[in-house]
Amino acid sequence: MPASVELSGLKFHYRAGKPILDIPSLSIDAGERVFVFGPSGSGKTTLLGILAGVLRAVSGGVRVLGRDLTAMSPAQRDAFRGSHIGYIFQLFNLIPYLNVVENITLPCRLSAERRARLNGKSMDAAAREVAERLGIAGLLNERVTELSVGQQQRVAAARSLIGTPELVIADEPTSSLDHDHRERFIQLLFEATRAAGSTLIFVSHDRTLQPMFDRAIALGEVNLASRVERAA
Amino acid sequence: MLVLSLAWQSLQNRKLTTWLTILSIALSVALLLGVENVRVGARESFSGTISGVDLIVGARGGSLQLLLYAVFRMGAATNNVSYASYRHFAEHPAVAWTIPYSLGDSHRGFRVVGTTNDFYERYRFRRDRTIEFAAGRMPDGVFDVVLGSDVSATLGYKLGDRVVIAHGVSSTAIQQHDDKPFTVVGILKRTATPVDRSVYISLYGMEAIHVDWQDGGPPMIGEEIPAAKIKKETLEIKQITSFLLRTKSRIDTLRLQREISTYTDEPLQAIIPGVALAELWRSIGYAEDALRVVSLFVLIVGLLGMLVSLYTSLNERRREMAILRAIGAGPAKIISLLVLESGLLAFAGAALGVAIVYGLSFATQGIVERTFGLYLPINPPTQAGWIFLGAVAVAGLLIGFVPAFKAYRNALSDGLSVRL
Repeated sequence: MPASVELSGLKFHYRAGKPILDIPSLSIDAGERVFVFGPSGSGKTTLLGILAGVLRAVSGGVRVLGRDLTAMSPAQRDAFRGSHIGYIFQLFNLIPYLNVVENITLPCRLSAERRARLNGKSMDAAAREVAERLGIAGLLNERVTELSVGQQQRVAAARSLIGTPELVIADEPTSSLDHDHRERFIQLLFEATRAAGSTLIFVSHDRTLQPMFDRAIALGEVNLASRVERAA
Repeated sequence: MLVLSLAWQSLQNRKLTTWLTILSIALSVALLLGVENVRVGARESFSGTISGVDLIVGARGGSLQLLLYAVFRMGAATNNVSYASYRHFAEHPAVAWTIPYSLGDSHRGFRVVGTTNDFYERYRFRRDRTIEFAAGRMPDGVFDVVLGSDVSATLGYKLGDRVVIAHGVSSTAIQQHDDKPFTVVGILKRTATPVDRSVYISLYGMEAIHVDWQDGGPPMIGEEIPAAKIKKETLEIKQITSFLLRTKSRIDTLRLQREISTYTDEPLQAIIPGVALAELWRSIGYAEDALRVVSLFVLIVGLLGMLVSLYTSLNERRREMAILRAIGAGPAKIISLLVLESGLLAFAGAALGVAIVYGLSFATQGIVERTFGLYLPINPPTQAGWIFLGAVAVAGLLIGFVPAFKAYRNALSDGLSVRL
């Protein structure tokens, strides 16, 4: 299995002398479903920013999907993210003035490369397909402001998965869901990522979800710069 | 294309602020163009005060003074023109027609103009408008009087009323020609020119009320000549104040002007009304600059309003920007989204402003002309108008860069995490 993410000697700081990330080595295989946890302050959000190419490592190697992100210009990283990575936020994932299907197809409308990954399907057909998988096919023409939080998160998942990106990053997507919805959402997300063949990096501080995943990474331990005292 | 449709949908989503912003820009644009229209209208109305006249002739003196008393019924002549000189030029082979004016008296603050019936037939204003009667007819008898529309409206006179003319032009004239009252035989339609503010009698009438005066003073007791004894045939017109003149062929105008100014029997001067009006307008034209400056400031306030509304909406839209970043939109896309939004607002505001101006012009053209004597022409925007519109569009786009730059910095610092 080729590696989906490979970090080596990754260092990051906003201001010199105040390191935020220091990860000697971290590798995630393609197709793997990884649970990344750690208390706030352990550098989760920063790590995700680097993996998504929004932030640039100060030093060290960052390879995502076999590409060296540190060698790319910001615009190249934006384009790379748009075509190869799906991203789900904790909350407020949707653009309020677009309806459900418009939100789902947004990445394809922005990126021609992402559009090319639909294999000739129309954007609407691809959106319907992924929406069916996530159980929200009946909501496609709804206004997003009328959806429940759980439904919104599924729409966000559908958007991250349209055009089968190789890597899906989910930043605490279930923290605002109740327990039953949480597991159901993760099951659906698994099914959809498996169908798409995507790697899933799922960040949460809720350890009860951990057993559902292939592997768990304790960021507080992997990250030497973690400002949080390590668990004994 | 995506950015355009996002900008459009985002604006539609914030309908109220969008419309308020568009409206505030539209109103400032409308004001700016409206002022420009009024300015052009005022100038055209002003230069259209008198038309079809090639020369205005009076006793030698200031040309501005002549224009003021002959056309605007302001000020007074220092000297008169002898009737003989007037006849000389009225019968000049190059002259088509003349309208004599005999000034100097008033009625309750309104100037009295002694003239001939040529005035009612020949006088033109605003290119080709003619003098028309709202009621009655041209004067025929010596003591017939015709009122301008303002005079009859202000004083409430109707046909058949008696009018006493005062000696001199001050509104508090003491000496009244009350022994020789006039009868209203006609009331003119409104012209929105100084014609409305005058009282018209015949040259004979003007002569008649002064017939028994000696050396500029009222008649001695016992020397009065009663009105009943005055007949047109016995009156001799000795002098007038000025006259309007139309040449048979306009190329003769300058030659005739020179001939009049060098007339040896009497010191006269002739002015070309268009030239004199333009000179006068230039000297009072600073008012239009003031209007322009004010409307310019209004426009700036409108654009600042747009800036404020875009800028304040930014914080609630940080999440939107983060989502766009997450799906691969670079900072350039984010900037172009916001710049496009402000550009659309400015464009819509400008378009609506133009619509308001033309709508209002069509709706109020008649009322404004009747009420203020201001004829508002409905023309395509002037060159200055187009420049204003272009400036609004460009300023709208440029102003979009302020919030866009802020959003860009937010997007960089927020990354994919959004601080709300």
